[in-house]
Amino acid sequence: MSIEWYIVLSALLFSTGAVGILIRRSPLVILLCLELMLNAGNLALVAFSRMVGNEEGQVFAVIVMVVAACEVVVGLGLIVAIFRRRLPLNVDDLRELRG
Amino acid sequence: MSATAWAWLVLLFPLLGSIAIALGYRALPAKAAGIIGTLSIGLAFACGVAATISLLGDEPHSRHHASSLWDYASVAGLDIKLGIFVDPLSLFMVLVVTGVSTLIHLYSYGYMQSDEGYHRFFSYLNFFVFSMLLLVLAGNFVLLIVGWAFVGFASYALISFWYRRETATKAGMKAFVINVVGDIGLVLAAFLIFREVGAFDYGTVFERAPEVFTTNEWTITAICLLLLVGAFAKSAQLPLHTWLPDAMEGPTPVSSLIHAATMVTAGVYLIARTHVLFELAPTAADVAAFTGLATLLVAGTMALVMTDLKRAIAYSTMSQIGYMIMGVSIGAYSAGMFHLMTHAFFKALLFMAAGSIIAAMANDQNIDRMSGFGKAMRFTSITFVCGALALAAFPSTSGFFSKDEILAFAEARGGMYVIFTVLGYVGALLTAVYAFRLVFRVLPGRPCAEAQELIDTGHVAHEAPKNPATGEPEDTDVGFPGAEHHIAEQNWPMRAAMGVLAVLALVGGLVQVPDVDHVITNFLHPVFEASIFEHIHPSPRAEWIGLGIGGAISLLGIGIAYYFYVARAELPRRLEARLRPLHTLFVNKWYFDELIDFLVVRPALATGRFADRVFERFVVDGLVTGTAETVRGAGGVVRAVQSGFVRSYALLLFAGFAGLALYFLLAS
Repeated sequence: MSIEWYIVLSALLFSTGAVGILIRRSPLVILLCLELMLNAGNLALVAFSRMVGNEEGQVFAVIVMVVAACEVVVGLGLIVAIFRRRLPLNVDDLRELRG
Repeated sequence: MSATAWAWLVLLFPLLGSIAIALGYRALPAKAAGIIGTLSIGLAFACGVAATISLLGDEPHSRHHASSLWDYASVAGLDIKLGIFVDPLSLFMVLVVTGVSTLIHLYSYGYMQSDEGYHRFFSYLNFFVFSMLLLVLAGNFVLLIVGWAFVGFASYALISFWYRRETATKAGMKAFVINVVGDIGLVLAAFLIFREVGAFDYGTVFERAPEVFTTNEWTITAICLLLLVGAFAKSAQLPLHTWLPDAMEGPTPVSSLIHAATMVTAGVYLIARTHVLFELAPTAADVAAFTGLATLLVAGTMALVMTDLKRAIAYSTMSQIGYMIMGVSIGAYSAGMFHLMTHAFFKALLFMAAGSIIAAMANDQNIDRMSGFGKAMRFTSITFVCGALALAAFPSTSGFFSKDEILAFAEARGGMYVIFTVLGYVGALLTAVYAFRLVFRVLPGRPCAEAQELIDTGHVAHEAPKNPATGEPEDTDVGFPGAEHHIAEQNWPMRAAMGVLAVLALVGGLVQVPDVDHVITNFLHPVFEASIFEHIHPSPRAEWIGLGIGGAISLLGIGIAYYFYVARAELPRRLEARLRPLHTLFVNKWYFDELIDFLVVRPALATGRFADRVFERFVVDGLVTGTAETVRGAGGVVRAVQSGFVRSYALLLFAGFAGLALYFLLAS
């Protein structure tokens, strides 16, 4: 299979994630969409790695997974904290940082 | 010990005295402060004598020594040492300053004894003597400026000594500001000297000056004119003299020491010290000589009409310094220094006697209210007459020889300098008249109430304390004059100081009698031997003729004063009415205060107000508030983006990335 398929799939996944972030209000879904975008990136990295023929891209992909795991931990922690203070789980309502 | 070691000790004692009194004012009993103050100056005088003896042991040509304790600055071709320069000229000044200061400290020991600020007074006074000695012993222009500024400060502190009197504090500020004008002139002159010669120390500057400068070149003229600004401000010459009469607000010993005998003669010393430069700039020297002449005449006329005893003597001081400035500017260096010395004697004495009389008047200084003190205060009167005789150049007194030596030199130099002799004699007539105007108005006649009280009961008059200038009531706490007044008749330290000075005022001139002895000329000769005027010597015949004229003029002046103020005492009033405009001019001090007010103070104030209204309000405030408004406005715009909507942030992020990607796509 040529590289284009992988890239197209990766772009589709990335766009799905981006659109999800822009239109959904639930922080949980936004986190999922973020994961989607990261993994779209991973897919592209692995595909390019295969195309070039060395392992550097795969190493990057592994690092991205680690980052993604960390991010999920923090993100979920925040969500749990918000939930436990009985605040609405809606990012549009959480706008105390308005300038 | 070498001369320089003694000279360092001369500097050390007054400094130690000042510090000891200042730090120990709680622990020291009042008398101790006075004793420490007087003794430290006395020791400085003794060291000055020792230094002189040591210096006289040297060959005449090598009678100049520089010594330095450490380097102030030594970088990039700049070499400034904390160094002194000992030669006959500086030692002459040291002897005059410490000698007269010792006596005035002794006088103050009695005169100020009931003042609440006794310690402070002696600490200031010792500090002043230290500063003055630093000024005259300095070995380079930098240290000279340091001493110059120190004496300015000491003068300010002592004029404002009674700091709760508003008139005194204002007078102090006036003196300080005008002196700073002079300081600026001196500093600029030092900068110019360094730019042209590349050195600050006297030895190098005076050695190289004839090679670096050609005669009357504009730089050397500028240097000398700037030095003159300093000299005129310190020595109260026209038009920077207005501070001196106001400085009489200070205690009388201060007037005697600083504003008559020592500090105000610093300008004379400066010109004599830098005579090498002035000889290269004859134009500047002539400016100085004519200013001196103008001052001596103008101040003489003012002294004629002043009704304030101390102010009248202050104008006389200005006038006499005019003689000295004139003398050292036309090349009569040793004559100028000689007059400086005799003037220090008789003027310090006059102020001391005036202080005693003023004390007997319960601090009233108006001579219209004084009369009959001849009977009430015999000792004071005798010393006052001694001082007045010397001031009026009565034959054989000290002023007689010193004043005429300057005038004889001017005559011997010839050409236009004869003007100085002629007008100098006119000034001498004025001097004799105003000196004896004071004598005849204060001493003879029916005793006034205060004098009568002194005769009847032996008690000094006591009135409710008030400011003599404004009549405002005062108390006698610190910051005001003390409760008791002290007169020489009842106070041995005052009597001792005045007695010594009276003798010196009468016979001090005998050290330099034409054709007989030339102590001062010979002593100062090594300093001025390279001078281009050294060959000018008035012939003894001319000098004796000059002395004859001077003596006649002096007697004539005293006679006029007698005729006007004793024989026909109603005459001055009638003359005053006849010559109303002239009298008004003199009484208003030739409107110099108003002139300075009009030319300097008002324009400066107007500029300040204009700058406040226009520049400050619009330009400065505009810049400041403008910057603030710009930042605030920009912040407002950026603030709108901070909506708090996470999703809008994300949209901006994506849009930004998309924009960047698009840019690179299009660019590649």
